[in-house]
Amino acid sequence: MAELTYRAAVAHGIAQEMARDERVVLVGEDVAGAGGVFKTTVGLLDRFGPNRVIDTPIAEQAILGAAMGAAMTGLRPVAEIMFSDFFAVCWDLVANEMAKTRYMTDGQVSLPLVVKTGNGGGLRFGAQHSQSVENWAMAVPGLKVVTPSTPRDVVGLMAAAVRCDDPVLFFEHKGLYAMKGEVPDGEVVDELGTAVVRRTGADATILALGLMVPRALAAADELAARGIDAEVIDVRSLVPLDTRTILASVAKTGHLFTVEENPRLLGWGAEIASIVADEGFWTLDGPIQRITTPHIPLPAADSLEDLVLPSADRIAATVEKSLQT
Amino acid sequence: MTGRMSLPLATHAYGDHPPTMPPADPARGDAAAVDPATRLAMYRMLQRTRQFEKRAYDLFMRRLVKGTTHLSLGMEAVATGFGTAMRADDYTFATYRGHAHTLARGVPMTPILAELLGRANGLLGGKGGSMHLTSVAHGVMGSYAIIGAHLTIANGAAWSAQYRGSGQVAVCFFGDGTTNIGAFHEALNYASIFRLPVVFVCENNLYMEYTAIGDVTAVPRPAADRAAAYRLEPQVIDGNDADACYLAALDALERARSGGGPSLVEAVTYRHGGHSRADPGKYRPPGEIEAWLGYDPVTLYRDRLLRLGVEDAVLGGVEREVAAEVEQATREAIDGPLPSPDSALTQLWADGGSQWRN
Ligand SMILES: Cc1ncc(C[n+]2csc(CCOP(=O)(O)OP(=O)(O)O)c2C)c(N)n1
Ligand SMILES: [Mg+2]
Repeated sequence: MAELTYRAAVAHGIAQEMARDERVVLVGEDVAGAGGVFKTTVGLLDRFGPNRVIDTPIAEQAILGAAMGAAMTGLRPVAEIMFSDFFAVCWDLVANEMAKTRYMTDGQVSLPLVVKTGNGGGLRFGAQHSQSVENWAMAVPGLKVVTPSTPRDVVGLMAAAVRCDDPVLFFEHKGLYAMKGEVPDGEVVDELGTAVVRRTGADATILALGLMVPRALAAADELAARGIDAEVIDVRSLVPLDTRTILASVAKTGHLFTVEENPRLLGWGAEIASIVADEGFWTLDGPIQRITTPHIPLPAADSLEDLVLPSADRIAATVEKSLQT
Repeated sequence: MTGRMSLPLATHAYGDHPPTMPPADPARGDAAAVDPATRLAMYRMLQRTRQFEKRAYDLFMRRLVKGTTHLSLGMEAVATGFGTAMRADDYTFATYRGHAHTLARGVPMTPILAELLGRANGLLGGKGGSMHLTSVAHGVMGSYAIIGAHLTIANGAAWSAQYRGSGQVAVCFFGDGTTNIGAFHEALNYASIFRLPVVFVCENNLYMEYTAIGDVTAVPRPAADRAAAYRLEPQVIDGNDADACYLAALDALERARSGGGPSLVEAVTYRHGGHSRADPGKYRPPGEIEAWLGYDPVTLYRDRLLRLGVEDAVLGGVEREVAAEVEQATREAIDGPLPSPDSALTQLWADGGSQWRN
């Protein structure tokens, strides 16, 4: 067991895979010499050399194209898009090329690649460096989408992503980079498509992702003090989606809340709400409620950003009010 | 650039001509050294492409080819020359106008035509269609229909070849219009700084869809005039001359294979038909089509072979064999079964299925 920060866990996870498979290579802006703008790739250049850890120009399409072409011809690249907001300048590669090529070629082309990216708010970076865009990716058939919320999961899910033969978008939460947590010694490998129950409870199910997981857990502590026993599920993987764990929890608690950092419309929770309404309706004892950022770009000022992102207090208050009515 | 081999004759010759007109002297280049067997093989490929594309057009007009289709009629020499020069394990990256490039790597006609008709015996089981022809077994790594992206993807295949030390080269075909999109510039800079074994082939057919390329481009030669910005040598070749294309390809492939990095080749050519489907191409000035029809790559090559002493009967034999091949492919495509309904839900993921939940 070692205590690692979330950011160090990223490098640790990539190193674990690079050490066992020569086909794993890393490309992105400032990932080699500088160790990444968020220091998530520190040490990889020294350990694996300049053929495998490569600094690129500011050319997001070229980076993702390189990863895709390499993946279809025998490598297993990990590419970094520095901020997930920048997906907008290379979304053709993600949504039209990576996502569709296996299907369009009837399985002739495999794309074992990972695109890692710094996602999410809370750092006062303003509207163009803070978005939570997992739902952009979730809407595109052909992409797998994961978001770890602990250092241990960073390593385990990175391993699963690298070993997956499909394109995986790996959303690191920028607001969690400094978080510390235990990472077991030896190989850590998770399975994509598995949610984790972080706290068991009988009264309400709270689903969360990334930075919203610790906030949901804090909310659950507040609720416990007020006599409400909430279950908190870390969804971890949006595609594939572990609906079994979610539906089982709702069947037990009768109440579902999603905590989403994304703006309101068509956030990932909307899809889950729809699934639970379809398949878990008769197990519900109250309306499904989504707790999201309002439908706005994120403001920069700390006071405003704190106001609009779902907070532990807002989560707790929403759950409490809903259960009382 | 150092270590550059001298360019073949035809490469230089094109530079003297205005960017939008066919060269004046169809007989030039006859002396270029290409062996007779290769020339005959290229004539067959020109014929296969010409006759295949005509049939694709006919089947489109008969509403058997659905959706859209982009033909290379008039542009056959580029894919033929490059395809002939490539090694069996080299990679082709093509566009929505990719029937010619797929044929040129040895993919049989039936699966291509069946794909155009949406049949189960199509190259992609009917799931890709005319614009996405791919045959990994033949090195055809895909045909891409969104302008620009595949230049960056070709870089990736070249990078992988470089990393694995395989000696493979990626050859990426695209149009003149593509030189104005950002991905073109990202890809060329990227290929240049990493000295990737990739050959970028701009098929300059003078039009992006319906707009003359000269009206929307800051420089007269859309690809070659951009080369210097990426420390590449400007190269303009006669894209209607299969020998010129073949020789330029050998040169660029050799350079890439020997570690000399990327090339950017501008092959000037012309599409005889419209951009796609039944586009009548009305936006073209009077006389232009006629001028280029008089400089047709298939006729040009046939005349050359006759001048070089190949018997007319031999060429006629090739033409008849190809015609029979097209007839057979047409029958097999039309007779092909429709895709099974289940196939719509397969091959999204590497496990063969399309499940997104448990
Ligand atoms: C990004 C993008 N923009 C526009 C189009 C629509 N489009 C399809 S083909 C084409 C013309 C491309 O011209 P060129 O690169 O010269 O190739 P050509 O069709 O002449 O072979 C356009 C604009 C597209 N497919 N992708
Ligand atoms: Mg064009």
